[in-house]
Amino acid sequence: MSASTVPASSWDRVRGYAPPPRYLPVVATFALFVGLYGVGGMRYEGLSDPQVLLSLLLDNAFLIVLAVGMTFVILTGGIDLSVGSVVALSTMIAARTLELGWSPYLSIVAVLLTGTLLGLLMGVLVHYFQIQPFVATLAGLFLARGLTYLISVKSISITDPTFTSLAFKTVYFGEYYLRWTAIVALLTVVVAAFVLARTRFGRTVYAIGGNESSAVLMGLRVAATKVGVYVISGFCASLAGLLFSLYILSGNSLHAVGMELDAIAAVVIGGTLLTGGRGYVLGSLLGVLVLGMIKTIIAFDGTLSSYWMRIITGLLLLAFVVVQRFATRRQR
Amino acid sequence: MTQLARSKAVAPPGTDRPPVIEMRDITISFGAVTALDRVSVRLFPGEVHALMGENGAGKSTLIKALTGVYTVDDGTVLVDGERHEFHSPAASQAAGISTVYQEVNLVPNLTVAENMMLGREPRRFGAIDVRAMNRAARKTLLHLGLDVDPATVLEDHPIAVQQLVAIARAVGVQAKVLILDEPTSSLDADEVEKLFAVMRRLREEGVAIVFVSHFLDQVYEIADRMTILRNGRLVEERMVAQTPRLELVRLMIGRELETLERLDRAPRTEAEGGAPLLTAIGLGRKNSLEATDLQLFEGEVVGIAGLLGSGRTELARLLYGADHADTGELTVRSERRRLRNPRQALARKIAFSSENRKAEGIVGDLTVADNMLLALQASRGWLRPVPQATRTRLVRDYIEALDIRPADPTALMRNLSGGNQQKVLLARWLIVQPEILILDEPTRGIDIGAKAQIQAKVAELAEKGLSVVFISAELEEVLRLSDRLVVMRDRHKIDERPNDDVSVRDVLEIIAGEAREQGDRDA
Ligand SMILES: Nc1ncnc2c1ncn2[C@@H]1O[C@H](COP(=O)(O)OP(=O)(O)OP(=O)(O)O)[C@@H](O)[C@H]1O
Ligand SMILES: [Mg+2]
Repeated sequence: MSASTVPASSWDRVRGYAPPPRYLPVVATFALFVGLYGVGGMRYEGLSDPQVLLSLLLDNAFLIVLAVGMTFVILTGGIDLSVGSVVALSTMIAARTLELGWSPYLSIVAVLLTGTLLGLLMGVLVHYFQIQPFVATLAGLFLARGLTYLISVKSISITDPTFTSLAFKTVYFGEYYLRWTAIVALLTVVVAAFVLARTRFGRTVYAIGGNESSAVLMGLRVAATKVGVYVISGFCASLAGLLFSLYILSGNSLHAVGMELDAIAAVVIGGTLLTGGRGYVLGSLLGVLVLGMIKTIIAFDGTLSSYWMRIITGLLLLAFVVVQRFATRRQR
Repeated sequence: MTQLARSKAVAPPGTDRPPVIEMRDITISFGAVTALDRVSVRLFPGEVHALMGENGAGKSTLIKALTGVYTVDDGTVLVDGERHEFHSPAASQAAGISTVYQEVNLVPNLTVAENMMLGREPRRFGAIDVRAMNRAARKTLLHLGLDVDPATVLEDHPIAVQQLVAIARAVGVQAKVLILDEPTSSLDADEVEKLFAVMRRLREEGVAIVFVSHFLDQVYEIADRMTILRNGRLVEERMVAQTPRLELVRLMIGRELETLERLDRAPRTEAEGGAPLLTAIGLGRKNSLEATDLQLFEGEVVGIAGLLGSGRTELARLLYGADHADTGELTVRSERRRLRNPRQALARKIAFSSENRKAEGIVGDLTVADNMLLALQASRGWLRPVPQATRTRLVRDYIEALDIRPADPTALMRNLSGGNQQKVLLARWLIVQPEILILDEPTRGIDIGAKAQIQAKVAELAEKGLSVVFISAELEEVLRLSDRLVVMRDRHKIDERPNDDVSVRDVLEIIAGEAREQGDRDA
């Protein structure tokens, strides 16, 4: 069967190269991002400056981290609606504990611990009590937001010197710069991509999204993994909350209202299927960047109102869900 | 097949060694249904132990009781002489029990290699070593004679390949007990032989193997000892070599089996006179089926024979419109039109029973009655509900005609045994009273008694004018039923002839002959 095929020249191979269908949505998101950047760069002077790209990372660091956590949950076929509230709660805990004179490091630990524990709680509800993820995390959403109000109904600003110096710590690449927050976000993406692709935990996440009862019969650690993704999402939400408080330097119960929806939108635009089992964190990163790029273009334009952002996000979401439908139907 | 006695040269393993697994007086009930009633089984190292029984006898339940999917209500499980109970499949796996469950239980979205190695992937510096994993997977697959790329996604493969991958997953570990619940239900003779070779090797290494199959030939070829169940009760434990077939069948069904072998159907030849009901000319689809011609006359049964991957399922799916054809044309009753989806097919009174019952057939959370009426309802449109009285009558009739057990229309589909689910599926398509019925592996996992009934039913319907396309990995069955035979290989039709006195051997020779020709051409 094999001997008769003529070896293809390497040019043929390059020309004939088609990415496997499972990567198509991510490739599409990447193309969209490049397209936006290209078109924007031609229309608006200054947008083609590479610093714009770096600022994109910088301004969206918290959303990137949030989307990473969300990707884990969605890959198992679940959803986490609590993350926006957890971001608000985190900013509040950081601001309040610093106001009380805690060491900033202790304060950071307190924030991360709270988010992780909330995630654990929701994971246990979802897995052991078999409550729909939508409902369990909706409860988490109200709980976290309520706790934020409980701590303070007023905005508290952050003035701790260690914290503010962290917030403005910059890394220079020649004439361009990034803040530490962006680097933390990128690191999160890299670690998450590794965990998903190359660890048993990560592959079990995909297996659960593919077929949970099969995963159980295959003897995989389904319980630990399912709870684990909510723990990860909770941790990422509190980390995102920290990055957000570094960005905005205040704690406020009104922060991050609806941010969970931005995270979900980014994940979906990044090509992850809401039914689980398919998707990549890299896609989610690109999803955030696409949303950020649209925002930037609107800002550069100056004449467009910010509600265009919402409309375009909606249209994009729609378009991507349709693209995925076709991409997955083709595979049959 | 008559060369079965030969493999019995192996001396039956001695009962002098202590059993690895002993299940004593196991009882399991689901609500009011007692699925197992004080059943005992012993497994010895180095034996192949067949679990025998009709559909719904309790074979799969017994297996799931052992591996920790179900908790037993009563009774004890001894592992190496010590009481031991598993509370999850993971626990039984860790204790060296490796299981292939009846339905293919893998994850469709991951690769073949991952499906085989999930949970025990080779790692380097803490990271999964994908190359080593693919290499290991490929090796095990080749032992089973399966030449697929381990890096391809599982769902892109036909069900038989998936079944082999599930088997490969189970035999790939060093287990002391290997459980195979109907592993051969969609395999061809070739693959079965390769599986048996692997099983023999493991048996020699001292592994205890549990084997479930409704193919008696296979049981007589490979098994040493067997335990027979009927209606959730233990009938007897027997040595295979000392149990004649007829006796085994009697033990299984509790009475003599009257009509199994003879199915006298006058081959229809006069049908050729009229215009064909369905004509496909050059029907094909890229990467799936080369251009194929097919004609189907009224009241005719066309059997499609071919090995795994020959394109038989692909052809069926194109005829039904489940996949889109990219070439060729299809004429149904002088209307020329390629079918684009199953609704169009149903509207033209074409029905298709899929080989993949788990993914494409049953709706586990609905009742037996709802599952049966699904296609009828769909063909009428949702605005014209089937009257209650008709529903009740249809469901009752078909439960009786196909001997579905439990005979309870309100039972949940997922709680039925595999064979009984298959019968419900078949009933679903018979109920719509199609004029063309495409059956892809309709008797998969069905016990011998029921198989004969289903074949008789198909023959009877054909007698009344139904046209049938019949696909099965079991060539004997195809030959017994069809009027005309289409032989496929490598995704195209290689032969077509009336089925008068064609034997299994003839078919295999046609297939092999084509292979030889092709070999010559390539050389
Ligand atoms: N979860 C369940 N709830 C209720 N009844 C069940 C459940 N599982 C199995 N049963 C019943 O237990 C009986 C035994 O089923 P089982 O699946 O063990 O049969 P089997 O011998 O494997 O048959 P087959 O050859 O068709 O696979 C059947 O009557 C079935 O309906
Ligand atoms: Mg069974």
